[in-house]
Amino acid sequence: MADAAKPAPPVRAEYEVAVGEAQFGEVERPLSAWERLTNVTWVRRAFIVAMLALAWEIYARFLDNPLMFPAFSEVCGAFYDAFVKGPLLGRMATTIQVLLTGYATGLALAAVMTTLAVSTRIGNDLLATLTAMFNPLPAIALLPLALLWFGLGIPSLVFVIVHSVLWAVALNTHTGFRSVSETLRMAGQNYGLTGVRYVIAILIPAAFPSILAGLKIGWAFAWRTLIAAELVFGVSARSGGLGWYIFENRNLLETANVFAGLLTVIVIGLFVEGVIFRAIEAKTVRRWGMQR
Amino acid sequence: MPDGTMPAPILDVEGVTLQYKTKDHLVTATYRVGFQVHRADRYVLLGPSGCGKSTLLKGVAGFMRPVEGTMRLNGQEILEPGPDRMMVFQEFDQLLPWKTVEQNVMFPMLCAGKHPKAEARERARRFIDKVNLTKFRDVYPHMLSGGMKQRVAIARAMAMEPAILLMDEPYAALDALTRRKMQEELLELWDDVRFTVLFVTHSIEEAIIVGSRILVLSPHPGRVKAELNCHQFDHTTQGGADFQALHRKIHDMLFAERIEEEKANHG
Repeated sequence: MADAAKPAPPVRAEYEVAVGEAQFGEVERPLSAWERLTNVTWVRRAFIVAMLALAWEIYARFLDNPLMFPAFSEVCGAFYDAFVKGPLLGRMATTIQVLLTGYATGLALAAVMTTLAVSTRIGNDLLATLTAMFNPLPAIALLPLALLWFGLGIPSLVFVIVHSVLWAVALNTHTGFRSVSETLRMAGQNYGLTGVRYVIAILIPAAFPSILAGLKIGWAFAWRTLIAAELVFGVSARSGGLGWYIFENRNLLETANVFAGLLTVIVIGLFVEGVIFRAIEAKTVRRWGMQR
Repeated sequence: MPDGTMPAPILDVEGVTLQYKTKDHLVTATYRVGFQVHRADRYVLLGPSGCGKSTLLKGVAGFMRPVEGTMRLNGQEILEPGPDRMMVFQEFDQLLPWKTVEQNVMFPMLCAGKHPKAEARERARRFIDKVNLTKFRDVYPHMLSGGMKQRVAIARAMAMEPAILLMDEPYAALDALTRRKMQEELLELWDDVRFTVLFVTHSIEEAIIVGSRILVLSPHPGRVKAELNCHQFDHTTQGGADFQALHRKIHDMLFAERIEEEKANHG
């Protein structure tokens, strides 16, 4: 049996150890204040933003050309003035109102389409074909048509926003529904759930990570489309939105105000992503362990 | 077979043929299988993979309709899934991840509308206590180990007090030590509540320990090979001669089939 050429492990003595307590010097120790501070995500990100602002300020002062590139402090001043005394708040309200109308309409249509798609085969084919056709089409490309059909005004804007939201949300929701595990489906049916109750109680929460991703993408698409649409045809009926504000101030060569308008767009985007969607995530998919 | 002295069975499966479609084939999973499960039975469906035991359980659960034969629960033909046949699956993801342990156990009771909320909560707590998860009542499933998740699934099914409890290889994905512990707990629970369970497994040992009666199935398609008693065995008699003899007997039944099949394939 034993071949000299084949390696064999040496036979060693056996032993047992009585595992007692108090063998470790230090089981746990609180982290230092600096470590704890740098562990907070928003502190690190705020630091990056502050550094960028500082770089901007220094470069703008070095350039010394407020017409082309106003300094950060100047933009902040313009931002404050436009908010408190100027029209920025009103413009923002107009934009957000249009945006929310379009977003909500888009979501409602997406809900109807995906419910149809999960319940019938023809609905499934309809959704697959329509998303394949319209998802790659930039919503803004439909603006000329929308203007022709609905005229200059809010309905045209809502039309293009719905178009930009609907396909992204429907596609993600549908993908989410289809990836719900067979076991979870059977468990739901085992409880005697059918039809709409089954969709609400099992499919929607089980597909929630995908649905949330769809909502985020839809929101970003809607936001971009709206600002672009406002830049293209500007004022509707009486009051313009943020895009119009940016366009108007560029024509007046109020560059600091242009930056203030852009800053508003960024701040709203950060707020929705960093506060609203983050809060929803923390309360749902993270808490449920569906997402890290 | 039922005669004058036998009580009516809870579950009566008669000459059931089940078929399912894959992409290119129509597969016959079981062929004219019949058996009866009585109150407080721990009835085991045992067979190698491909004998249609899981398909049979899905049929009883109402996820599949037989192409031939009937399945009756308390005299009523089984037509669709329902909470009178609560199922415990093999997969750990059978719990709803968006509900805590307690909410998971309560949910089917609320869906069925059989109990008001307060009563459902009280019952849920009682059964969570029974499976020794009292401390984990308010925890979400992703924080539990595999064995704990299966315990929740068992508590959830038992709290519904179904006519029959269906278990589809519930311990197959657990490690050996946890599996043994879970088998013991199931037997203790049975001793306490005396539920009726239909249990699917491919482990001869598990069948003898957990079951009171075993239906041995042959593969491709599943047909009844034998029906055996094993109510006298548990973990404590595992090393005994009788236990080993039964184990060997079942092993030979399943093994003989395989040898015949191989002969047929090569011949």
